Amino acid sequence: MTGLVASYGSGAMSNSMDDIAQLAEAFFVIGSNTTEQHPVFGTMLRRAVRFRGAKLIVADPRRIDLTEFATLHLQQRPGTDIALLNGLMHIILQNGWEDKAFVAKRTEGFEEFRETVMRYPPDKVAEITGVPLEKLYQAAEIMAQSKPMAVMWAMGITQHITGVRNVMSLANLQMLLGNVGVPGGGVNPLRGQNNVQGACDLGGLPNVYPGYQNVTIPAHKEKFEAAWGVKGLKTEVGMTLTEMVPGIETGAIHALYIMAEDPAVSDPDSAHIRHNLQQVDFVALQEIFPSETAAFADVLLPGASFAEKDGTFTNTERRIQRVRRAIPPLGESRPDWVIIRDLARRLMALDPARFDWQAPHVGWDYKHPSEVMDELAALTPIYAGVRYERLEKGERLQWPVKDETHPGTPILHVGQFTRGKGRFHAIDHLEPAEGPDEAYPFIMSTGRVLYHWHGGEMTRRAEGLVKVYDEPLAEINPDDAARLHLDEASRVRITSRRGAIETAVLITERVPPGMVYTNFHFPQAGANELTQAVLDPQAKIPEYKVTAVRVEKVA
Amino acid sequence: MTVKLTIDGQPVEARAGQTVLEAARAHGFRIPTLCYHKDLSPTGNCRMCVVEVEGWRGLQAACVTEVQEGMVVHTQTETVMRDRKLNLELMLANHPMECLTCEANGDCELQDLAYEYQVDVPQWGFKGNRYPVDSDPNPFIHVDMNKCILCRRCVLACAEIQVRDVWGVAQRGFDEVIVAGAGTDLLSARCESCGQCVAYCPTGALTNRMEIGVGRTYDLEKITTTCTYCGVGCQFDLLVKDERVVGVASNPEAPVNGMALCVKGRYGWDFIHHPERLTRPRVRRYLLEGGEKPKGHQLDENPPRAWDWVEVSWEEALDLTARKLHETRRQYGPDSIGIFTSAKCTNEENYLMNKLARQVLGTHNIDHCARL
Repeated sequence: MTGLVASYGSGAMSNSMDDIAQLAEAFFVIGSNTTEQHPVFGTMLRRAVRFRGAKLIVADPRRIDLTEFATLHLQQRPGTDIALLNGLMHIILQNGWEDKAFVAKRTEGFEEFRETVMRYPPDKVAEITGVPLEKLYQAAEIMAQSKPMAVMWAMGITQHITGVRNVMSLANLQMLLGNVGVPGGGVNPLRGQNNVQGACDLGGLPNVYPGYQNVTIPAHKEKFEAAWGVKGLKTEVGMTLTEMVPGIETGAIHALYIMAEDPAVSDPDSAHIRHNLQQVDFVALQEIFPSETAAFADVLLPGASFAEKDGTFTNTERRIQRVRRAIPPLGESRPDWVIIRDLARRLMALDPARFDWQAPHVGWDYKHPSEVMDELAALTPIYAGVRYERLEKGERLQWPVKDETHPGTPILHVGQFTRGKGRFHAIDHLEPAEGPDEAYPFIMSTGRVLYHWHGGEMTRRAEGLVKVYDEPLAEINPDDAARLHLDEASRVRITSRRGAIETAVLITERVPPGMVYTNFHFPQAGANELTQAVLDPQAKIPEYKVTAVRVEKVA
Repeated sequence: MTVKLTIDGQPVEARAGQTVLEAARAHGFRIPTLCYHKDLSPTGNCRMCVVEVEGWRGLQAACVTEVQEGMVVHTQTETVMRDRKLNLELMLANHPMECLTCEANGDCELQDLAYEYQVDVPQWGFKGNRYPVDSDPNPFIHVDMNKCILCRRCVLACAEIQVRDVWGVAQRGFDEVIVAGAGTDLLSARCESCGQCVAYCPTGALTNRMEIGVGRTYDLEKITTTCTYCGVGCQFDLLVKDERVVGVASNPEAPVNGMALCVKGRYGWDFIHHPERLTRPRVRRYLLEGGEKPKGHQLDENPPRAWDWVEVSWEEALDLTARKLHETRRQYGPDSIGIFTSAKCTNEENYLMNKLARQVLGTHNIDHCARL
C-alpha cells in the first residue's frame, strides 16, 4: 500500500474483479496463490483463460495450481522480483514497446527510472532470478502485445524487506505499458482478510485517520479534534504492530488492547513475541475463542462472530457490503462494537474534563452500527456517501463514494492519478536479508493453504476442513526429499536461526529444489517460530517469504 | 438485431441469438426446465423444456433452439404437456421415492415438476438402488447417484464455474452415470470441495453433508451476509434454525461471486457454534485479589494460582479494563498503550477502535494484521 501511495497516490486495488476477469487481454499474477487464497477470484481467472483465451503469466517460485492455466510460468528465485520486473521492463524499452503517449502525458520521473532499468540487461536478470532468457523475452512480448493487462499480487510481493519497492516496480510496469485507469487493467493488490481494506480505510493504521487523512497534517488533526471534542491529538505517527510488541521490552508499551488478532501465532519470530507478551503489564483481549494470544491476556472479553452482528465489510476491490446478524450473540458474548462502545464510555467517565461535550461526534451513544456509519461517513471523504439505506436498496458501492448521490468508483486513476501524475521510481534489486548458506541451505517461504485461514482459530474448529487438512505439511521437492531419504511418512525438523518446528512433509514438485514451503495454521508447528522480524523499512512488513532454514529427517 | 416471433399466440420481440427459452421467459411465459441453468451452457438433454414450433418436425428443446424471424411457438399444447409428463414419468421410474427422508425435499426441482404435472409414479416402478447411497467420502458433499437424473449440471458447474473438471459422464444408455475423475472419489479427482455442484444439483443426488437432517428448506430462515474469510467479499445466505446457523446457501444475486463460493465460505461456518466459543468475560485471579501479575510464569506448566481465570460479569470486566487502561495512561502517557484493531471485524468496529485510540486514549498506536 505504501508503495502504491508513493507511485499513484492511492494504495488500493485500482480495478474491479469482474472488470479484470471480463476485459483483461492478459493477466500478470505475481506473488499471489490466487486459487487458494482468493479462491472465487481464482476461478474467475481460470474462466477467463479457458473460455475467453486471456493470456496468463504467473511469476512465482512455486508451481502453484494457477500455473496449470498459465501461458507462461516464470519461476523466479524467492526475493528477486525487482530484478525480474526490471529485466522485463528493460526488454520492453529496448524494443520500444512502452506506451509513449501515456508515459509523456500522465507520468513523471521516467528518465531516472529508465537509467536504472537499463542496468538490468536480460542475461544479468536471468542469472539473478534463475528465469531462462527465452522466458523473459516471451513474457515481455506477451505484456507488450496484450492490452489491457491487469497485474495482480498479494503477500508474495509485499512480505519482503523490499516489499514497498516491489510494489513500486509493479506500478512502474503498468505505467510503462499504459495499463492504468482503464477497464481490464490496473494495479491490483489482493487484500488478504475479509475486511483488511476496511480496517485500513477507517483509521486502523498508526499514520492515518479514517480515509487516509495523514496524522502529520495539522488540518487533519484540527478536523478530528473539533469533531471528537478533544485537544492535543499528535502530529507524529504511532507505532505499527510489528513495533508495538518489541516496544514492550524497551519500556515503550505497558498495555495492549487487542481485538480479534492473534499476534502469538501470526507475528514473526514467535519465541520473541511470547517473551514480550509475558512481560507487558496488562493485556485485554476481545476474542471469540481462547486463542494462542489468550494465554497472555489478563482480561478476556467474549466478542461475537460475523453471524451475530450487523455491520459492513469492504472487500479487496473497495466494495462496501452488509454483514447481517443472523443469530443472537452466543451466551453472554457481545458484538465487538458494543464492547468498544461500553469501554469507551467508562474511560471517558474517568476523565470527563478532557472532552468538549458540545462537539458533534464526541459521544458514544450508538444504538446500531448504522449510526457509526453515519458518523464515519461525515468524517471520511471516501465513505461520504455510504449509507445503510443505500446498501439495503441493493446499490453497489465501491469507494470513493463522494456524496449520497455519487454512484461509487469501480476504477481508480481514470484520466488522472489520485496524486496527479503517476510517479516512476528508480528501483534496484536487493538481496533478501537472509540468504541460504552452509548451515541453513534451504529457503523457506510461508503462506496459507486452501482449507485453512491464517492462524487457524476458525478453520481448525471447522470439522470438515480439519478432515481434509489436519496437520501442517512442509512442501519439499522430490530431489531434496531423496537426498534427505524422506518419504511421505517422514517427519522433518526445520530449523532457522530463531527456532525449530517438527512437521510432516508433502513431497511435491510445487516447490523447486532448495525451497520449502510451510503454513502457519497450526500452533504445534507454527511457521512463525522460524521467521524473522526483519521488516520493510517503510511499510514495516516482515519478510515472511524468505527465511534460511535447515531441514533434517526426524528419526 | 431483433427478431419477431409468436409465442402462444402473442407477438414477441427477441434478440437475435437468444434461445426460445430465454425469449419466452423474458416475456413471462412459463417453460419448465431441469438440466438448464442460466449460468451454464444449455445441453438440451432433459427434454422438459420441449415446445412445438409450427412447421417444424417433432418437439424442440427450447433451451437450445434459437429464435428465428416469424417463428410460431406453442409452449402448452397437449402434445407438449404429454411429452413433458412422460419424461417425468421415465425419470421417476428410475428414482427412489424417498421424499419423506430425502434432504432435498422442498428444495427439489424434480419434485416440484412431478407435482406441477401431477405425474403418476409409474407402475413398472423403481427396481431398487443401483449405486451405494453416500458413495463418496468427501466430508462436505453427500453423493447419492440413485437420485441423479443425468442433467449434467454438476459436470458443467465444475467445468464452467469452478474450471476444475472433476465430474464427468461414464457409460452409455441405461448405465450412464456421473463419476468423479475416472470413477474415483472426489478428493482423489482433485475436487476443491467448493460445493458448486451441490448448489446447481436440481435433486437430492448431491447434498451438503453438514445440513443433512437439520432442517427442511422451508423451515429455515435465510439471512444474506458477507463471508468472513478472505478479501474477495463473497455474499451468501446463512441458513438459520432455532437461533443456530445450520448451513450456507448460494445467493444468485451476490454482486461479486454469484452462485460461486469456496470450501471455506460454503463449509467453514461450523466454528460459529464450536464448544470452545468464549461466552462469559473472564479475568485473571490476581486482578480480583490485588496481588502482583506473575510475569514470566504465564506459560509455566503449572502457572501460579494468581493466573487462574475467573469468570466475571460484564460490568466487572469492563470496569476493570477501563481502570487499568486509565491508570496506564496516567502513569506512562497515552503512547504507552497499544491498540490492535482487526481486519476480521467490521468497518464500524474499526472506526470505533480508531476513535477509542485517538479520541479517548490519545494515541496513534493503532494497527492490525494488514502487514501479516
